[in-house]
Amino acid sequence: MADFSGSDLTCLRGERLVFGGLSFTAKSGDAVMLRGRNGAGKSSLLRLMAGLLSPRSGNLCWNGENIADDRNAHQTRTQYLGHQDAIKPVLSVRDNLRLWGQLRGVRDLDAAIDHALDALDIHHLSRVNGRYLSSGQKRRTALARVLIGPSDLWLLDEPTVGLDRESCAELTQLIAAFRARGGIVIYSTHTDLDIESPSILDLDEFAIPMIEWLAEHSELEDEQADTQASLTSKEAAQ
Amino acid sequence: MNGFLAILQRDLRLALRQGADSVMVVAFFIVTTTLFPFGVGPEANILARIASGVIWVSALLAAMLSLERVFQTDYEDGTLELLTLSPVSLELLVLGKVLAHWLTTGLPLIIAAPLMAVMLNMDQDGFITLITAMLLGTPALSLIGAIGAALILGARRGGVLVSLLVLPLYIPVLIFGAGAVEAALLGISATAQLQIMAAILLLALTATPFATAHAVRQAME
Repeated sequence: MADFSGSDLTCLRGERLVFGGLSFTAKSGDAVMLRGRNGAGKSSLLRLMAGLLSPRSGNLCWNGENIADDRNAHQTRTQYLGHQDAIKPVLSVRDNLRLWGQLRGVRDLDAAIDHALDALDIHHLSRVNGRYLSSGQKRRTALARVLIGPSDLWLLDEPTVGLDRESCAELTQLIAAFRARGGIVIYSTHTDLDIESPSILDLDEFAIPMIEWLAEHSELEDEQADTQASLTSKEAAQ
Repeated sequence: MNGFLAILQRDLRLALRQGADSVMVVAFFIVTTTLFPFGVGPEANILARIASGVIWVSALLAAMLSLERVFQTDYEDGTLELLTLSPVSLELLVLGKVLAHWLTTGLPLIIAAPLMAVMLNMDQDGFITLITAMLLGTPALSLIGAIGAALILGARRGGVLVSLLVLPLYIPVLIFGAGAVEAALLGISATAQLQIMAAILLLALTATPFATAHAVRQAME
C-alpha cells in the first residue's frame, strides 16, 4: 500500500507566489483531480510532484520518506506527462518510444511498446514518422510512453488536450486499470474526464497574496528569533 | 550504461536523419579556412607559417556554430524535461549527448583538417601532430561547449550568447593545439603540449558533465 502526500507546500515562481500552505494525501488506487483557474498552479504542482521544481517550503513524501532524499527511486516510480509531447519529427513512433523504455531499463522492450501502442489504438502508426502525426495522435503517443515500464504514480498535465471523445474514453479505462493495480493518478483537466470518484484538490483555495505570505513568514522568523533570544538569555542567566 | 548508449544511439540517428548540421559545420570550417589565403595573399611561406593557427581558429568557430542546438531542440519539444526525470543520471545522459555531438561535428572536422593543411601549404611533418592534437582537443571543445549550450536554454538570441560564454574557455585548447603543431613543424617534440591537451580533456571529461547537468536542471525551473 503506497502513500503519496504533501504537506504545507509553497510554490514560488520568479517573484510570484503561486500557492501556499497546500497539503494533500493520496493512497494506492486513488485519483486526484487538480482544479483551478488558469495560473492557479496546477502545472506547477505537478512539476513539484515530479521533482522538476523544488517547493519553497513544505515536503513531498512517498510512504513517509521525502522524495528529495531518493530522487532515483521517485523517478523510477513516476511517469510524468507534461504539456509537450516530446516527439521527434524524424523518428518513427516506435523509435520515439524506444528511448524512454531503454532509459527505464524495460526488459522485452518491443513487447512493451506493442502493448502500449495497442492500448492507445495507434499500432498502425508505429512506423510513421513523428512529423506526419496529427496533434491527437502525438498526444496518444505521449500517453503510450506513460504505459511503458512499471510505475506507481502518474502525473498527467492536461492529458486530454487534442484527444477525441473515443480516446478520452480509452484514457479513462487505462486510468481505471492502473488504479486497480494500485497506482496513484494525479491529473489536471479542463474537459470532463469520466474518472470514478476522484478526490478533488482545488488550487484556488490555496492562492494567497504575496504580502500575506511574507507577513506570515516574517512573523515566524520573528518568533524564532524571539525564542532564540529567550534561550540565550536563559543560558546567560544560568 | 544502457541509458548512455540509448541517448547516444538516438542522437546519432537524429543527426543522420537531419544531416544538415554536420555538413554545415564542415562546410563552415572549409569556407572560413579558405578565406585566409584571400585575405593574407597567396604567399606560400606566410600561409605555411599561419596554417596551424588558422586551422585551429576555424575549427573552434565551426564547433561553436553547432553548440546552440545540442540541447535547444530537446528543450523546446519537452524531451529534456523527461530526460531530467528519467531514472538514469542526467550527468551520464549529458555525456552521451556530448559524445554524439563530437562524433557528428568534431570527427568530421578532424577528417577535413589535413585537407585544409595541404591547401595552406603546411609542411607534412605537422600532419600527424595536427590530427593527434585535434583528437585530444575537439572532444574537450564539445564538453566545455555543452556547459554554454545548457546555460543559454530559454534565452533569446542564444547563439550569440553561447559564443561569448564559451570562446574564452576555448583559449587553452587553442594555445596548446596550435603550439603542438608549431613544435612539430620546427622539429621539436610536441609531447609536452599534447600531454597538457590530454590533461585538459581529462579535466573536462570529469568536471563538465556535472556543470552541464546542473545548468540543465536550472533551466527546468
